[in-house]
Amino acid sequence: MKNKLLPIFIASIFIIVFILFYKGLQNTNIYTPETKTSNKIPSFKGDLFYSDETINSLNFFNSDKFYLLNVWSSWCVPCRKEHTFLMNFKESKKIEVVGINYKDKKINAANFLIELGNPYKKIIFDQDGIIAIEWGAYGVPETFLIKDRVIIKRYIGPLDEKTAKEIKSIIK
Amino acid sequence: MLYSSIGYYALVLGLGISLILVYFSIKNFQNSSTLNTKILSFTFLQFFLVVISFVCLIISFVLSDFSNETVFNNSHTTKPLFYKIAGTWGNHEGSLLLWLLVLTLFILIFFLKTKNQPLKYKLLTLIFQQIIIIGFFLFLIQTSNPFNFIFPTPEEGMGLNPILQDPALAIHPPILYLGYVGSSIIFSSALAATYLNLVSKVWASHIKKWIIASWVFLTLGILLGSIWAYYELGWGGFWFWDPVENVSLMPWLALTTLLHCIIVLEKKQVLTSWVIILSISTFTLSMCGTFLVRSGILNSVHTFANDPERGLFILVFLFSLIFISLFIFFFFHKSSPNNSNSFFWLSKEISIIINNWFMMYFLSVVLIGTIYPIFLEVLSSQKISVGPPFYHKLIIPFLIPFLMAMAIGPKLKWIKSNIVDKSYLALFFAISIVLSFLIVKKFSTNLLINTILVSSALYLFFMTLRDFFIRKYSNISQNIAHFGFSLLILSILLNNLFSSEIITNLKVGETFTSSKTKIVFKSINQKQEKNYKSIIANFSIENINEKIEDLSPELRIYNQPNIVTSEADIKTTLLLDKFIVINIVQNQDYFNVRYQVKPFMLWIWISVILISFGGLLSFFKREHEK
Repeated sequence: MKNKLLPIFIASIFIIVFILFYKGLQNTNIYTPETKTSNKIPSFKGDLFYSDETINSLNFFNSDKFYLLNVWSSWCVPCRKEHTFLMNFKESKKIEVVGINYKDKKINAANFLIELGNPYKKIIFDQDGIIAIEWGAYGVPETFLIKDRVIIKRYIGPLDEKTAKEIKSIIK
Repeated sequence: MLYSSIGYYALVLGLGISLILVYFSIKNFQNSSTLNTKILSFTFLQFFLVVISFVCLIISFVLSDFSNETVFNNSHTTKPLFYKIAGTWGNHEGSLLLWLLVLTLFILIFFLKTKNQPLKYKLLTLIFQQIIIIGFFLFLIQTSNPFNFIFPTPEEGMGLNPILQDPALAIHPPILYLGYVGSSIIFSSALAATYLNLVSKVWASHIKKWIIASWVFLTLGILLGSIWAYYELGWGGFWFWDPVENVSLMPWLALTTLLHCIIVLEKKQVLTSWVIILSISTFTLSMCGTFLVRSGILNSVHTFANDPERGLFILVFLFSLIFISLFIFFFFHKSSPNNSNSFFWLSKEISIIINNWFMMYFLSVVLIGTIYPIFLEVLSSQKISVGPPFYHKLIIPFLIPFLMAMAIGPKLKWIKSNIVDKSYLALFFAISIVLSFLIVKKFSTNLLINTILVSSALYLFFMTLRDFFIRKYSNISQNIAHFGFSLLILSILLNNLFSSEIITNLKVGETFTSSKTKIVFKSINQKQEKNYKSIIANFSIENINEKIEDLSPELRIYNQPNIVTSEADIKTTLLLDKFIVINIVQNQDYFNVRYQVKPFMLWIWISVILISFGGLLSFFKREHEK
């Protein structure tokens, strides 16, 4: 009798361990760097993507709307995934999506936007990546939520359903 | 592009061959008494295909072919060639391919080297091993394909994490994997032997070579990782009880215990259950480690990419292996009648069993410390972090009897031994106590516990040292390994007791003065290297005895990806290490300077090398010399 109970006992312990690990997988704790919030936007100067017009930080965020500044690139794979979320914001009247095109080739970037649609009202063409550095971007993609020239939220990595929902609730 | 396709199809073919091999082996197992020669050729072919796939990945890295996603994510054109190649296994996908390469290599070696064992045993081992190999093939192809395309092809890659661009770390994964994967052979072979009821002296002496080899590689792999953490992470220590370190320590503890048990089994045909359970748990602990660090369930340097899908795959695979082995153990293992209950209390067998229980205790402490936070978070969504104090409190007191048993155990004889003529044991113990009291008294506040600790370590040290002179004919490899271990514990203890640290902020030209040391921040240089800019700070350190030493720690600002790393400058001497590291303080013109004096660091590394050397010696020892 004793010999038959032991395997069952051990097997059930392992089953419990399995369940705990399985549950543990669902709340993986991915480390994200401490995000700076409530900071003034940096001052910068750059060229627009489609018009070669030079802009600076003062005339770029000139309305009292929310701005969603997205750092992207045509060679960046996760940017493709998050693009649909940006497209969802295109029609919204409360928020304006603007972009920094980071270390890219113009023709590739233009093709990218033709293929997936263009959610951006304005795009800064940041060929050498200096403007992104001034923003303190960690990499592509990265997204800043801006209101009254102040960064209120920052998303490192691609946007997803959860973060898109959060942005929607903030701009309400 | 081309190499990626070749690599990918080689993998798919390799998986196909696994299935063919399983089919042939089962057929051969049922019908015939001679080995089907096709099996050997297919095993070779499989290895060859994985080699092709691995070489293709290396070529993609060397050519900086960014149409390959793995290369794009982990390489950069400006990276030195050495790190382009090392980058092949410095990421999740590539390291799994390396794992698979070693798996197929080892089963091939197993087949070529195993001559005198029954055919059925060989075939069954092959089948179990192929189950593991199939699991890894599926894992690789399904969730972590190293040959994914990206279109359009990016101009430039993302670069390899600079802290991984280091020679010690370039060879750390391959060495460690040799150890991990070696344990898979032990696992398969133990299951096969249990199923066929072959767990015997003959089997023990055959599998012992594999155990020793894996153990040596595992020890060296852990050592390399530890050395790297010491000078690259700049924390000024060699072991942090980080989950990642723990998951490599757990298989090591299990394997060390197994190593001792297999010796008993080889001599006396006892402890069979121990051997089987340890063989199973060594490999499952290695797999469990893979699960913990690769699934993203834990945070660590090794969390390459967080992907719950990957985690789920390894989890299911791991538990299938556990249940298969439990099934085989409970239904096929017949324990021999003369088991551990019948030992005489003062014998080598008992001392090894004592050793086993201590090791199991250490293993469970590490295991609980590593996975308990995960379980707690699941059950109560509370986050806790288990740090060094937990491990120190639970492990250190038990080190004392453990070290004592280790000093006396090897002196005992098999079966039965008596205490006559063992007065030197007490004599040495007295010497150790007096000596350590004198050492500890000068420096430490916590006199009693430290004296006992140091004296038990010293005791083992003297006992093993004595053996080098007296027991000329006997087990030299065991003696070297135990001597190394005593040296390791001794160095760690003294290192902990006598380390000192100064943390301060300094500008260029400033001087920091304390009662014993003067630190002068002399100047700063800049240098442009191929893939990073380096800032070198020059310090001179003056001791009480007016000995001046120049140290130049470095900050490296890598351009791709944009990361700053601090390179410590370490002056190593026979007795102590001087360690200095600087860090940037944001928006300030001074640097954060950390200066540490760490005694006996060199001896920690040397002693681990000694331990593995002991293992190596016993690996090459010929049969009749035992």
